[in-house]
Amino acid sequence: MTESTLQPVKTLTGRGVAVRGNDIDTDRIIPARFMKVVTFDGLEKHVFEDVRFDQDGNPTDHPFNREEYQGASILIVNKNFGCGSSREHAPQALMRWGIRGIIGESFAEIFFGNCVSLGVPCVTLPADQILYLMELVESDPSVGIEIDLEAPAVRVPARNQEWVAELPDGARKRFLKGTWDALAVLLDSGELIEATAQRIPYLNDFATAS
Amino acid sequence: MGKSLLQKVWDLHTVRTLESGQTQLFIGLHLIHEVTSPQAFQMLRERNLSVRFPQRTFATVDHIIPTHSIQRPFEDSLAEAMMEALEENVQETGVTFFAPGSGKQGIVHVIGPENGLTQPGMTIACGDSHTSTHGAFGAIAFGIGTSQVRDVLATQTLSMTPLKVRRIEVNGELQPGVTAKDVILYIIAELGVNGGVGYGYEYAGDVFDRFSMEERMTVCNMSIEGGARVGYVNPDETTFEYLRGRPYAPSGDAWDRAVSFWKSIASDADADYDDVVQFNAEDIEPMVTWGITPGQAIPVTGNVPRPEDASGEERANIELALQHMKLEPGQPIAGTRIDVAFIGSCTNSRISDLRAAAEVAKKGQVAPHVRALVVPGSEQVEAQAKAEGLDEIFRAAGFDWREPGCSMCLAMNPDKLVGDELCASSSNRNFIGRQGSPTGRTVLMSPQAVAAAALAGEITDVRNVL
Repeated sequence: MTESTLQPVKTLTGRGVAVRGNDIDTDRIIPARFMKVVTFDGLEKHVFEDVRFDQDGNPTDHPFNREEYQGASILIVNKNFGCGSSREHAPQALMRWGIRGIIGESFAEIFFGNCVSLGVPCVTLPADQILYLMELVESDPSVGIEIDLEAPAVRVPARNQEWVAELPDGARKRFLKGTWDALAVLLDSGELIEATAQRIPYLNDFATAS
Repeated sequence: MGKSLLQKVWDLHTVRTLESGQTQLFIGLHLIHEVTSPQAFQMLRERNLSVRFPQRTFATVDHIIPTHSIQRPFEDSLAEAMMEALEENVQETGVTFFAPGSGKQGIVHVIGPENGLTQPGMTIACGDSHTSTHGAFGAIAFGIGTSQVRDVLATQTLSMTPLKVRRIEVNGELQPGVTAKDVILYIIAELGVNGGVGYGYEYAGDVFDRFSMEERMTVCNMSIEGGARVGYVNPDETTFEYLRGRPYAPSGDAWDRAVSFWKSIASDADADYDDVVQFNAEDIEPMVTWGITPGQAIPVTGNVPRPEDASGEERANIELALQHMKLEPGQPIAGTRIDVAFIGSCTNSRISDLRAAAEVAKKGQVAPHVRALVVPGSEQVEAQAKAEGLDEIFRAAGFDWREPGCSMCLAMNPDKLVGDELCASSSNRNFIGRQGSPTGRTVLMSPQAVAAAALAGEITDVRNVL
């Protein structure tokens, strides 16, 4: 992907899929044994692997296996989703499976930041609204869910429902301005990086040979 | 009102405030390893970008490296491919690589400090969540994802949201047999696994003042298990003495200039904190986990919780944990039979950890049904342990003595649990599947407690052995 293809992320609409549970860590999202790779290609095949397949390799009734959730793009989760390892492989696996936005009670910080870098917004709603949305997509997998980052809000247009959502302002602006991938902005800082390096004592006054 | 170390270091490294309101933060030290860097180097190639400050990035190999033999090519072709990618990437970009056999290879969070790369007042980033370890030196150190590894390689900067600071004081005197690992397991159990989200943790008080650098590293290492991306201890004489004479530490006149800077970046006495929490050292006992998050920890003398004593989602969390761990509600955790004992990881694989575990190992033999292994954190730790005869003590007691690496902490190499084996582990995560088997079970504890469990064949109060 190059800078020129970066698009603002303002509104996402899609079908939802709920994965219940607090503290779902990135080892559970993508077990470490699938990280013995030098690209991110194909990680979607192993997303939630250890709960999607039983010990004999047969698919379980995990939502990511079920026919009615294929093509879903809005993931709904509970508390502290994405805790643990900093592996970007976790959001990469979710994104490559088809997830474009995540609604949860709360997110772990490194996971949240990795999602920003990939253009996948994570927004939060209170617990009772998350429970409502989970029950809704479990009873009606075809219902459309909208994440609006300008408001910011989560909506169920078919039911005329809307809730105020939260996400940190810095991340929100990066989505809206199309600078969610920070690299272009960071590169565009002229001589400021060198100027900063020149005032840091350990890089100058007592720098050690490397 | 004064400033905290975090605020001072943040200000010093601020390149500019971005349009998003985030800070473009200069990264003084970038550490990389084979798992989270190959895609970052590939992204640079695709954009035709070079590494901006190659002298500020250092590489090691730790996650995938076998611990029984480092002969090339590795038996696991996937591991070999990752190793080769790292070798190509460092060669192409001029990044210093501490290769196996160099005497400097090891777990990334062990080698940074022991080579003197990690210093007070730095910003340190690495594609690994346990980068918080380096905060023990009074650095602001945090884990990043692969896209951010790319950002650091290309610009030596990151786009970051400023953190709040919570000061955590532990005052008083620890009881005999209570270690740094117990202190951090206690703190996480008290504040919760997501209590630290949005915060940097500043650890302070009598206990931290007395702690060695290795003990401080153990605590800072697990900050992320409490949700805090950053954890640090203000630098003091203990910090300076540790750094003196290390390969990348300043020397001569430069040393004095360095110490002067290091002292200047410590938190002011009247620093402004967003939150302050205080604990009594006397309240902390040797801790063990009983569940599937590091916050599910109790004193080793305690009983596993009963779901019926909790309500709502907490009850569901307990039920799920007990189901995975195959433990009975209300049972004493001591006496639980173990299958595997693992001493190692970026939390507890340093020389003081191995010395403490060896003191226990001297007192008996590994129980016949237990598979026990000791994995030193680095080649330097390994050499020092051998010089002290610790390897012989462990072998004589029936432990397997291995080559350095991350090993069974996350099982990206051949060291894995099998089936529902239960492992007494000195590592940092008891997540479901973490140690390589989807049904494997992990009980976190200090390295000396792991040694005690290995001898007893079950979870036991290490104070009975000391």
